[in-house]
Amino acid sequence: MSALLEVRDVTRRFGGVVANKDVSLTVRQGEIAGLIGPNGSGKTTLFGCITGTHAVDGGDILFEGRSIAHLRPAPIARLGLLRTWQQTRVYGEMTCAENMAISAREAQGGLLSLLGSVPASTRTRAGDLLAFVGLHEKRADKAGSLSFGQQKLLEFAMALMNEPKLLLLDEPTAGINPTLINGLIDRLRRANAELGVTLLVIEHNMRVIMNLAHRITCLAHGEVLAEGSPDEVRADARVLDAYLGVA
Amino acid sequence: MSRITDWHIMGALALAGIAGPLLLPGLATQIAFLWLMVVFALTWDMLGGRMGYNSFGNIVFFGIGCYAAAVVQRDAGLPYFEGLALGLLVGAAAAVLAAIVFGAAMLGIRGHYFAIGTLGLGIAAGEIAAGWDYVGAGSGMALPLYPGELGSRELFFCYSLFALAALCFLVFRWLYGTRFGLALNAIRDDHDKADAMGLRTTPIKIFAWSLSAFFLALSGGLAANMIGFIDPRDVAFAGATFGVWMVLMAILGGKGTLWGPVLGAFVFHITQELFWTYLLGWQRVALGLLIVVIVVFFPQGIMGWWAARRARAVS
Amino acid sequence: MLDNLSLFVQYPPLAADVILNGLLIGSIFALAAYGMALVWGVLNIVNVVQGELVVLGGYVTFLAVQAGLPPLLGLPLSAAVMFCLGWLIYRAVIFRVVDKDIFISILATFGLSILFQQLANALFGSDVRTVDAGLGSLHLLDGTVTLSHVKLLAFVLALGAGGALWLFLRHARLGQAIRATAQNPRAARILGIDTNRVYAMTYALNGALCGAAGSLAVMAWTIHPYVGLPYTVRSFMVVVVAGVGNVAGVVAAGLGLGALENVAGFVFGVEFQIAFVFALMVVILVWRNAMAARKRSYLE
Repeated sequence: MSALLEVRDVTRRFGGVVANKDVSLTVRQGEIAGLIGPNGSGKTTLFGCITGTHAVDGGDILFEGRSIAHLRPAPIARLGLLRTWQQTRVYGEMTCAENMAISAREAQGGLLSLLGSVPASTRTRAGDLLAFVGLHEKRADKAGSLSFGQQKLLEFAMALMNEPKLLLLDEPTAGINPTLINGLIDRLRRANAELGVTLLVIEHNMRVIMNLAHRITCLAHGEVLAEGSPDEVRADARVLDAYLGVA
Repeated sequence: MSRITDWHIMGALALAGIAGPLLLPGLATQIAFLWLMVVFALTWDMLGGRMGYNSFGNIVFFGIGCYAAAVVQRDAGLPYFEGLALGLLVGAAAAVLAAIVFGAAMLGIRGHYFAIGTLGLGIAAGEIAAGWDYVGAGSGMALPLYPGELGSRELFFCYSLFALAALCFLVFRWLYGTRFGLALNAIRDDHDKADAMGLRTTPIKIFAWSLSAFFLALSGGLAANMIGFIDPRDVAFAGATFGVWMVLMAILGGKGTLWGPVLGAFVFHITQELFWTYLLGWQRVALGLLIVVIVVFFPQGIMGWWAARRARAVS
Repeated sequence: MLDNLSLFVQYPPLAADVILNGLLIGSIFALAAYGMALVWGVLNIVNVVQGELVVLGGYVTFLAVQAGLPPLLGLPLSAAVMFCLGWLIYRAVIFRVVDKDIFISILATFGLSILFQQLANALFGSDVRTVDAGLGSLHLLDGTVTLSHVKLLAFVLALGAGGALWLFLRHARLGQAIRATAQNPRAARILGIDTNRVYAMTYALNGALCGAAGSLAVMAWTIHPYVGLPYTVRSFMVVVVAGVGNVAGVVAAGLGLGALENVAGFVFGVEFQIAFVFALMVVILVWRNAMAARKRSYLE
């Protein structure tokens, strides 16, 4: 499997605080990669660096072999690299169907291409994907009126609508009703297997990430602490120490 | 029961717009101002209501339209109507150009920085016009006299502004139904998200402002000719009256809704015509008070209030 | 314009006069800007009515002098009256918009700005007003540089007020409550701080600062009902450049703006001085945004 995303020695500072220090990781084409680490270990900052919201103070980021470290979020998204947010971001005053329609890949086109109504094919796809995450009945509701968990699902569906090559998910199960988590894991797997979306997932729920990911990277204090298969990472004493605050 | 659709309301308004000035010729000028207010509210709402960019500086484009028409009509040496037509075109082109330049510079600024920045833009424009001799500096500019017969002048401007308001409404209504309209809403609801989803937000925002500028400049050229005289601070770049009214009318009617700005313009203009004269010089004090009251107690506007009421009635 | 510029370069004492007078006037801007920074930082509101509070403060001193009071008593009187007015404004309007969308508070304070501007016009007329403080002037370099003592007083007061504010926020109990509320209003409430009272006191304190600035403005310069918005924009600019929590930066930026504005008024002509203020603000905002965009981050 070839590398889809390569993060090479990325450093990001906020004032005097080093949020990411020489972080390197690789996400291979077609896999589900996991990113774990205690609170404040720099996971979300790394997502910001990869998707262009933070400036990178050192190192490089390659997507499909080309450097994206200097690009801003929109061009990166147009290359097929998207993210979701821990706190979820949806367009609150728009309906779910509208949220989906404006998230379609063709909405990234030039100004002139936007001067027409939403194509029927897009509507159909939006309906299918809303059904896929179980929100089809809510399609006419304002996204802001959904529960937190439902907004998370909507955000996930919006990302799929965009047909990304690589999707970075920031704690997809946080705030989701525990009884629904298995269903969500199943959907993430299906998105990966059936829609061909490579995933990089930040997750705090160890049961979920050990189950889901093919490979896991663990960050602590902004640095890569360990990486390997779920079993290897689970067996690594340093990872446990980091979570317990010993390290 | 047959539902009242947009088309019914538009039909009724078109009928009123055409028959009104004929039935009430004495009110033609007031009706012309009403259509001007509708253009003001609609163009402000495209940014403020739909796109979430609350501009206090849209008056700049109105002023550019005023001055472009006045300069062209003064210097081109054309007969009245040819001069007016050329003046409107030049004004619209200049305003669109200005919107592209200001937009490229300023539409990257967010939130209250954009609001205060555009406020500065509007006032700076008025101050510069008031100091610039080529456009008459502080004493303003007079426009050429309307050549037609007595009474036809009011009708001419009344119908021109009606046509402009109608065109503006129809174009915006169509646009809000396209993906462009959805993109505007997406920028309003979460700009960072829209960027992160790959939308080309900068051209979208500049296009929206240019379109507002286009209609505002046309209304400026017509209004300048209707009033017959432009003062830099009290007519063309009248931030303290027209500039504030734009915002107030859109909010009063309900920003971000199709009919809100139109409704707001009607309510505001009619109220103003009915009661303003009784205030005897305290109008502007009342305007300040009105803004505070509306913003603090009624920020959702008439359409928002109506929607909330209906939602309560359903549930 | 170029003539003025060359005159300025060729004749240094004149340049010194223009720049020094500008610096001293700038201390008035700094005073008003402290208040704006305070309200911005604590209430998260851009107070568009700031300039009108300055102007009203000026009218208080003007009226007091008309009534026979000595001008220098006008200063504490203006501060006291505007402290009360600030508190009233908070109780009547600001507390209703404090936790709302930022545009709501901008528009509400903008409405207040129009209200007070027009009230001043209706009550006091549109004449340009000034008060002779009767303090005389300091003459330097054979009289080419003239600095009125009122301007020097304004300068000393602005520095003093800046220092006092800094000490107050550091050490006074209320000052600490204000800083705590600015950082995290919810946590402050949980710890038993009456944030509503903190907000009211902050806004009233802002009124007092504006009142003092206005009193100095009417003695050192002039006021009329329509100079409010320029003061708002100057304060805004100073805070944007200096940062919300930076008292020393506010002094520096305020003085710098005063000097810059006076030079611009001299070079471009006084009729363009206001245009310069507003255009400068637009340029600063655009510049700041372009600098942030270079580092590919966004500014809220």
